Amino acid sequence: MESSAHAFPANVRHALADPQLQRAMGRLKGHFIDKRAHARARLPEFDALRDQAKAIKDHTLAYLDLYLERFETEVRRSGGHVHWCRDAAEARGVVLGLCREAGARTVTKGKTMIGEEIGLNPFLEANGIRPVETDLGEYIIQLAGEPPSHIIAPAVHKNKEQISDLFVEHHHGGDRSRRLDGIPELVTEARETLRARFLEADVGITGANLLIAETGQTVIVTNEGNGDLTQTLPRMHIVLASLEKVVPTMEDATTILRILARSATGQEFSTYTTWSAGPRRPGDLDGPEAFHVVLLDNGRSALLGSEFQDILRCIRCGACLNHCPIYGSVGGHAYGWVYTGPMGAVLSPALIGLDEAHHLPNASTFCGRCEDVCPMRIPLPRMLRHWREREFASGKAPAAARWGLGVWAWFATRPWAYRLATGLVARVLGLARRGRFAALPLAGGWTRGRDFPSPEGRTFHAQWASRRGR
Amino acid sequence: MSEPRTEILGKLRRALARTDSDAAAVDARIAAHTANLVPARGQVPEPERVAMFRAMAGEVGGTTEELAGPAEVPAAVARYLAGQNLPARAAMAPDPLLQGLPWTTTVLELRQGRTHGDDLVGITAAFAGVAETGTLVTLSGPTHPTTLNFLSETHVVVLPRRRLAGAYEEVWARLRALGADVPRTVNMITGPSRTADIEQTIQRGAHGPRRLHILIVDGLD
Ligand code: SF4
Repeated sequence: MESSAHAFPANVRHALADPQLQRAMGRLKGHFIDKRAHARARLPEFDALRDQAKAIKDHTLAYLDLYLERFETEVRRSGGHVHWCRDAAEARGVVLGLCREAGARTVTKGKTMIGEEIGLNPFLEANGIRPVETDLGEYIIQLAGEPPSHIIAPAVHKNKEQISDLFVEHHHGGDRSRRLDGIPELVTEARETLRARFLEADVGITGANLLIAETGQTVIVTNEGNGDLTQTLPRMHIVLASLEKVVPTMEDATTILRILARSATGQEFSTYTTWSAGPRRPGDLDGPEAFHVVLLDNGRSALLGSEFQDILRCIRCGACLNHCPIYGSVGGHAYGWVYTGPMGAVLSPALIGLDEAHHLPNASTFCGRCEDVCPMRIPLPRMLRHWREREFASGKAPAAARWGLGVWAWFATRPWAYRLATGLVARVLGLARRGRFAALPLAGGWTRGRDFPSPEGRTFHAQWASRRGR
Repeated sequence: MSEPRTEILGKLRRALARTDSDAAAVDARIAAHTANLVPARGQVPEPERVAMFRAMAGEVGGTTEELAGPAEVPAAVARYLAGQNLPARAAMAPDPLLQGLPWTTTVLELRQGRTHGDDLVGITAAFAGVAETGTLVTLSGPTHPTTLNFLSETHVVVLPRRRLAGAYEEVWARLRALGADVPRTVNMITGPSRTADIEQTIQRGAHGPRRLHILIVDGLD
């Protein structure tokens, strides 16, 4: 996917001025946040499972080469193939080659973030193959020609009127007399339209939530069943997975699955968890005749042993997005690339480069909620800080930020001047107005989205000194 | 071996400072496949286990029924279909467990085999049930086409009560006991198909079945 992460500040202004998007973002709380809290409260072992899940991934990452080799051996033993790909272009090439081998005209796709990462759909289209997204959210944004705005709820930014319009345009040639407006009717229309695509597809492409070294299985988790129809009906099943998805055993995967859905949607377990190994076996009455796993690096191997290694534990549950005040205000598209929210702000600079994505690590108040809710206990704020340090060191920080930090540093290293200045500002602002400021000179960008409380009385330093530290 | 493979593995080995003795540790961990923490909820004994399974499956929109013996299954299926205003017709998995049931005592019209999407009802047996989340586990194979789990609007599942486990890990142990190779597909199914992709409103029957009915049967194996 083409990145617009460099335009983050402009993207944000656009998002904050979009009332429809703001309403959609407001729905996050009831759906994701409350449900996760409920699911967590129902399982007393939840936090202990998080500790174990973290340990499983840390262990696997420490032996990643060996677990991947074992995974490959097992996939082969079950009659499948593994294709190692260094970057997006290599992965696209492999998928196209496989589609040609299968004589594919139509390809159904389950939800795959790796597919988005490598920009697969436009590439297949340019090569005469029709990719059809089958996850309802992905299907909607494919019709709209947009990227996903959330890693587990790709169309979370759309309302049902917009979806009705898209369906009229694409299913009924714009005939508005056939426009549906109930959610059940829209889901049924999508079901019927996509059923035909499932049955005619030559190749099915899915992602993978987990890879099992022990058995060579790939695991997907869905609620709709689209991933299952995608992989069961066509002649060939292609799995797109990145290196870090592997875990040692089915038991290890099970521990992670116990916290995945609960963290993501607050479900006790997703509707369908499907473990797939190789092509159909002798005597099987259905299933694909060929099974291929495309194993993508695309910059991940460089994170091993770095201060960003912990992000490789991410299971893409989306909890950090749902709980992030920045994501909740600006939505996913502002981030400008596939991965959004706190996990995206950490991962994107590693995958597309700091030049392109240097704004993203600044999209954080460091409130720490992302780390609190992350099932894999990934220290997201700490890694955002590492990126900010690199941004600063490389001179990419905006001039205003560098100048501001320079001024602050001058005062911070001269306590007498700091006290004098803060005392003065507190007194002036406190005299100017009680309550809140809706606008302040030099801080228009800050006050546009919120009010600045006016200082009450003296500074902390002054009070501390007069109370002698009590 | 391909160049990308060599290069990627080389990078990983260098970053991880791999030594020769590490492979043994990895093999040992896989061979042991030790269970991690199993929640207390997954360790409840019978009969609470059945109650938990039914409650959890019910929460996500599945329906359940307990039957005292195999002979009751055909009539229960016929009754359920009639209650849903569905025709007394179904595609059934060619599973000896199902074939052994007295179907001729009902008017059900059964066809055995996979489905291409034109059967309104699919009937299968389950390899296991898991009480902790009300989950069914099915295995693909000559006696269980995967299409029956997904293409029909209504999925009726026969779950022998003895196959009901507390936690997922018990099912993996039984799966390993079947032999060295896992089946092409292991399906874990928790409730009927659903989506929340339009305004985060939960809607049943996205692509898979709209209804999931589970018969928990005593004295069957
Ligand atoms: S970083 Fe943590 S919370 Fe965010 S998506 Fe990944 S696993 Fe989930």
